[in-house]
Amino acid sequence: MVRYALKRLISLVISLAVASLIIFFVIEIAPGDPASFMLGINAQPDTVAALREELGLDTSKVQRYLNWIGGMLSGDFGTSYTYRTPVAQMITDRLSVSLPLAIYGLLLSTLIGIPAGIFAATRRGRAGDMAVMGATQLGVAVPNFWFAMMLVLLFAIRLGWFGAGGFPGWAKGFWVCIHALTLPAICLALPQAAILARVMRSSLLDVLGEDFMRTARAKGLTLRQAVWRHGVRNAFIPVLTIIGLQIAFLLAGAIIIEQVFYLPGLGRLIFQSINARDLIVVESVVMLLVFSVILVNFLVDLAYAAVDPRLRSRE
Amino acid sequence: MSLLTIRNLNLSIHNAPILSGVSLHIEPGEIVAVTGESGSGKSMTALAVMQLLPGGSQVSGQIELGDLDVLNAGEDILCGMRGNDVGMVFQEPMTALNPVKTIGDQVAETILIHDAMDRAAAMVRARDVLHRVGLPEDRFPLTRYPHELSGGQRQRVVIAMAIALRPKLLIADEPTTALDVTTQAQILELLKGLVREFGMGMLMITHDLAVVADMADRITVMRHGEVVEAGPTQDLLANMQHPYTKMLFEASGHQVTLPEPPPPAPLLEVRNVVRTYRLPRTALFRPPEHFRAVRDVSLVINRGERVGLVGESGCGKSTLTRAILGLEEVQAGEILLDGEPVFSGQRPNLNVRRKMQVVFQDPFGSFNPRHRVDRLITEPYYLLDNPPTGPARRDAIAEALTAVGLKPDDGQKYIHEFSGGQRQRIAIARALIIRPEMILFDEAVSALDVSVRAQVLDLLADLCRAYNLTYLFISHDLSVVRTVTDRVLVMQAGEIVEQGVTEQVFTTPAHPYTRELIAAAPVLPDLKRAV
Repeated sequence: MVRYALKRLISLVISLAVASLIIFFVIEIAPGDPASFMLGINAQPDTVAALREELGLDTSKVQRYLNWIGGMLSGDFGTSYTYRTPVAQMITDRLSVSLPLAIYGLLLSTLIGIPAGIFAATRRGRAGDMAVMGATQLGVAVPNFWFAMMLVLLFAIRLGWFGAGGFPGWAKGFWVCIHALTLPAICLALPQAAILARVMRSSLLDVLGEDFMRTARAKGLTLRQAVWRHGVRNAFIPVLTIIGLQIAFLLAGAIIIEQVFYLPGLGRLIFQSINARDLIVVESVVMLLVFSVILVNFLVDLAYAAVDPRLRSRE
Repeated sequence: MSLLTIRNLNLSIHNAPILSGVSLHIEPGEIVAVTGESGSGKSMTALAVMQLLPGGSQVSGQIELGDLDVLNAGEDILCGMRGNDVGMVFQEPMTALNPVKTIGDQVAETILIHDAMDRAAAMVRARDVLHRVGLPEDRFPLTRYPHELSGGQRQRVVIAMAIALRPKLLIADEPTTALDVTTQAQILELLKGLVREFGMGMLMITHDLAVVADMADRITVMRHGEVVEAGPTQDLLANMQHPYTKMLFEASGHQVTLPEPPPPAPLLEVRNVVRTYRLPRTALFRPPEHFRAVRDVSLVINRGERVGLVGESGCGKSTLTRAILGLEEVQAGEILLDGEPVFSGQRPNLNVRRKMQVVFQDPFGSFNPRHRVDRLITEPYYLLDNPPTGPARRDAIAEALTAVGLKPDDGQKYIHEFSGGQRQRIAIARALIIRPEMILFDEAVSALDVSVRAQVLDLLADLCRAYNLTYLFISHDLSVVRTVTDRVLVMQAGEIVEQGVTEQVFTTPAHPYTRELIAAAPVLPDLKRAV
């Protein structure tokens, strides 16, 4: 197990190094130099020169790459050109919204999707299965911003249970913030829950047909016992992959939901800095997202090994 | 009172009749075998006793286990019965165990689910039972996972689960069909011992008549969901009444007569071949180890000769077969067909390939279901420089299909319209159509029912007479190899340990491993002597 984890860890470090190189050089080979790109075509030559100096564009590429990496490792992400504040500070502020939102959304989607999938699989072809499958069809098909608007209309405007948007800040108290994040988290979670339910259902159906399920029944387990003791854990292996992919999406893909609910999240930060051509922010946020995706994959790999003993011994 | 009584059992699944009027009974300490070919309903009879039938099943009749009326019992009573009063062992040990749970947990679960004892005591009992089935603690701790065990060891775990609570009845559904002969002999011995020791009754489902004759006190023969004949083993064998029973026994021991092979002239030469696989690294700075699947193997197959290759799973048969087909590079030695090397890198040498064809085991998986039979069997034409077209092609298709006992019109059909035996005929037609110098039969009759197998063996003998076939017949089934080959090679752990004229090797085996194999293979009783 330790050996397996070490191997994964080495591949994590290598992926990160490769990703950082790609991000850095894609921005380097973009047409024009970063300074004139950021300032636009109407910029004064001396402004461009000042920015060039600030960005350190006079030094070699290798030197700049090493500075960038070294800075990030020590927590210095540079200073945003547009906002004139440290990027690290901006990211921390935005993460304090995005991270809880992503975790909240993930919890909801897992708590809805997995039981729904199990429910449908054990009632294959019957009314319960059809109802769940119909609902997931809807969940996959309907765009989540439309859900968002409907939820706002119903719960914020008509019923007044939730605010229509905005984020009060953690200083106002934990439950206040959770309350504010509830509608956005539901909107994020529903399509993901629909996907999880479908994957869980088909995976569990495959497992239900396995010989060892029949063995379990022959031992005297009821169908329910056989499903919970032998079926679910085996069926969970492909579902883990999907959950891993979803975390990355929940963290960075919430731009539209953040927009609808006026949340100062990471998605909006990327959107704004791309508009403002603030490459310093873009570079850092993209690197951070890549890091989180790779980290999540690493954790998913560890989870695989925890669920499936065959993986542990193969390595 | 009988331990198990089945009276007039009828079963239909989604209104398709599966069983009709099946009756049998088992006394304590008795082994009753139910035998028949695929589709005879023998497995469904077993599942009906467990009440683990597939969805859409409708059952009528009577099944009594002691004084329990199984067909009218509620699900909670049935759950109390399964595992406690009746244990079951299945055919496929590789998939019968949950891969993510330890063997200890899985054996103890049988005990815990019936609240027979507390967890600590259940683990002790699991330990004892595993020991009893031949998995001692020092080599097989309870913390082992199924993937760390071989097929035979896994089947022992399944048996341990089934007998953990000392059930009154043990149902074994083809318990040794997926195992090697030596493992089969050990498992059958174990089952017999358990029945004797615990005084259990055993319902044994098997298609293998040699196993039946060896094991059972009484035999029930089934066909198309009906019992055609039943009785005590010795009486039934000595005095078979029903033509189907007679046919089954005749087909099981079916012998064919091969024509005399022509004088020896080498066709395939395998010289000192070594095939190794690199194993995954065990340590970062140590070179990876290698597994030698084929070790210094040499053999010659002469033109017109029929050669058998036998050995247990993992002995290197399949690797050697792939190497002979030129599908794998060997690390040392050479393989020549008609003097030319069979392996020529990434670009196959068509001149060699067109001289060799192969027929595989699985008649269901080895055809593209979207092509018609005429296209399927003409696939080897890709190997020819000028394949026949138009009328010549049609004639060739008609001839190949006729040669294997099918009709020329069958070329227009799709593969799903044929039975397993017919598909294997089509596979042979595909191999024959370009008149190869040599055919490899890789377990080609292992998946077939005995009656179909007998027909395919007859077909092989006919084709030998008509086309002077040269073939290498790879099989784990010694009785089949004995009848369709002139010479036999015995392989163990990557080496050929014995070779010689088939009849001679079987009657006077020289190598201890060959002797072990032959002793382990169950044999049909000599019916003439029994009469």
